[in-house]
Amino acid sequence: MSDLSAAQAATAGEPGAAVEGASGSTRSLWGDVRYELSRSPVFWVSGVLVLVILLMAFFPQLFASTSPNSRGACPLQQARVAPTWEHPFGYTSAGCDMWASLVWGTGKSVILAVLVVAGIVIIGVVTGTAAGWFGGFTDTIVSRITDIFFGLPFILGAIVFLAIFPTRNIWTISLVLTIFGWTSMTRVMRGSVIATKQRDFVDAARALGATDLFIIRKHILANSIAPVIVLATIALGSIISAEATLTVLGVGYQRPTVSWGLLVADGQNLALAGFWHLLVYPCAFIVVTVLAFIMLGDVLRDALDPRSR
Amino acid sequence: MGRYVARRLIQFIPTILGTLFLLHLLSTMTIQIVGDPVRALFGENAPPQEVILQLQAQYGLDNPCLEQTGNPCIGMFFDRLGQYAQGDFGVDFRQQPVMDQFLHRMPITARMATIAIVFETVVGIILGMLAGLRKDKFADNFVRVSTTLLIAFPVFVFGSLALLFFGLKFGLFLRNSDWAPEWLGQMFQIGYNPEYPWLSLFLPGLVLGAFSLAAIARLTRTSLIENLRSDYVRTAKAKGLTTRRTIGIHTLRNSLIPVVTYIGIDVGFLLGGSIVTEAIFNAPGVGLWTFQAIGRNDTTIIIGVVTILSIVFLVANLLVDILYASLDPRIRYE
Repeated sequence: MSDLSAAQAATAGEPGAAVEGASGSTRSLWGDVRYELSRSPVFWVSGVLVLVILLMAFFPQLFASTSPNSRGACPLQQARVAPTWEHPFGYTSAGCDMWASLVWGTGKSVILAVLVVAGIVIIGVVTGTAAGWFGGFTDTIVSRITDIFFGLPFILGAIVFLAIFPTRNIWTISLVLTIFGWTSMTRVMRGSVIATKQRDFVDAARALGATDLFIIRKHILANSIAPVIVLATIALGSIISAEATLTVLGVGYQRPTVSWGLLVADGQNLALAGFWHLLVYPCAFIVVTVLAFIMLGDVLRDALDPRSR
Repeated sequence: MGRYVARRLIQFIPTILGTLFLLHLLSTMTIQIVGDPVRALFGENAPPQEVILQLQAQYGLDNPCLEQTGNPCIGMFFDRLGQYAQGDFGVDFRQQPVMDQFLHRMPITARMATIAIVFETVVGIILGMLAGLRKDKFADNFVRVSTTLLIAFPVFVFGSLALLFFGLKFGLFLRNSDWAPEWLGQMFQIGYNPEYPWLSLFLPGLVLGAFSLAAIARLTRTSLIENLRSDYVRTAKAKGLTTRRTIGIHTLRNSLIPVVTYIGIDVGFLLGGSIVTEAIFNAPGVGLWTFQAIGRNDTTIIIGVVTILSIVFLVANLLVDILYASLDPRIRYE
């Protein structure tokens, strides 16, 4: 758990810190962004939601004391018991507490999404910067490889790959989603780097004798990262949605893991028989989580892109 | 135009070969690392060695390079390409040719995808226009909020809820009522009904198109807003053309060009989404077949279907790109 959160903090902190350092003195884009965001109610709502979700993912014991996987947590005589006022979430088809299952399932989706997004941001920034900055042959190679990966629809590619794996856990699923998910990040970063490359300060830095690596580190990354941050936020939501879809299809998490997708898969048929809470609660958790990340990404985009104001 | 089409066709060849090679590379590497799917099929109770060898030969998994980890199996790839060119996508674990079954099930999926595409383009463009023409008014905010909501609903969530509330509750009410015509009840079915090949796919089609509907509405809105600010619209207004003509002829036509490109990308999403939708609504198309193959771990069907669908996706994109160039004379390769 601790190295996961460390990895997340590292990827989230690094570009942000570089950006702050690079554009501090004048009335910066980022100061503007902070002002814009602090006035937006949508930002506060989605930001608080995202914080709660992350807290739930990394520290589920704060919200529900007993894990549904612990011994004796799921007595079968409680299976599918409908919600009551004392127990507004009811019990799952296996007799576990629905609230506890949902809380302990949060991490399975959210930590996976954080891992995948960290992976695709690293791949996307490295390949996108290389393609955009060096152009020519490097660009051709990267762009053609991106095209080829783009030719394989995301869900279909993931299904083939995961179906052959006999064991599917957080590592294999995030590996597969990273392999098929990095292309859009590369394209966005490439476009952004090409736009930054033409700015005057890059010429100035080069005229002063700066090396490629220095310019990329000091100027290009800081000024091209904004669209990547937006896309990464939205990608957190869409990866959660994709993982849940794959799990429902039977190529994602497997029992006895507790995950939202598996709860939906359990509830799908039973809901038609009248146990609606088995389907509606897990669906609500997925939708609210995805929505929170998408709204946060939308607000960030509006704040970062002055044209859309 | 002719040169553009020729160039686009030539570009298409490496892309399709590359995608097929990627698929081949990933599947062979996975088999090399995790082991043979035929053996995995039997689990602990492995049959005699001869049976396994015979089965491997049948499924085209007997190539020795599948046991050499790290070997890209180039020879095997060209063998496969030759088979694909003849329409041979292997046999499934029940000895049926994958291609025959695919063609048998394709019409249902194609009908569902058609309903989805018609629904998402018509409704999406209308919503996008309403929002774009009345920026920051009620219609715009409504469309923005509702499309954000739609995007947050994964297909299976939307499908399961639609099946429960529209297919079962509302549909049953319609089918049991005296006043509702038969066709209306069939539009909200819980499963596929072969007597109503189009109507009973109506609800699954809407579910499948819902996500892209939101994307198309937003795309239309953004590009309409951008185009309304452009010089040629100001010129058209200054010339004294009516609003109807400036918006209908000048702006809208240009704003719809990105939508056309999106439909090409969307084909890939629809094909993936059809697996989920058909599984939920029990429509016996390609999607449900793939879903059942996943359940049985029938690797040859999964690889075969995904290969065919990727080819369909690439061809659809090729057609869209050519259409794109004929709509927009600015798009030319030099």
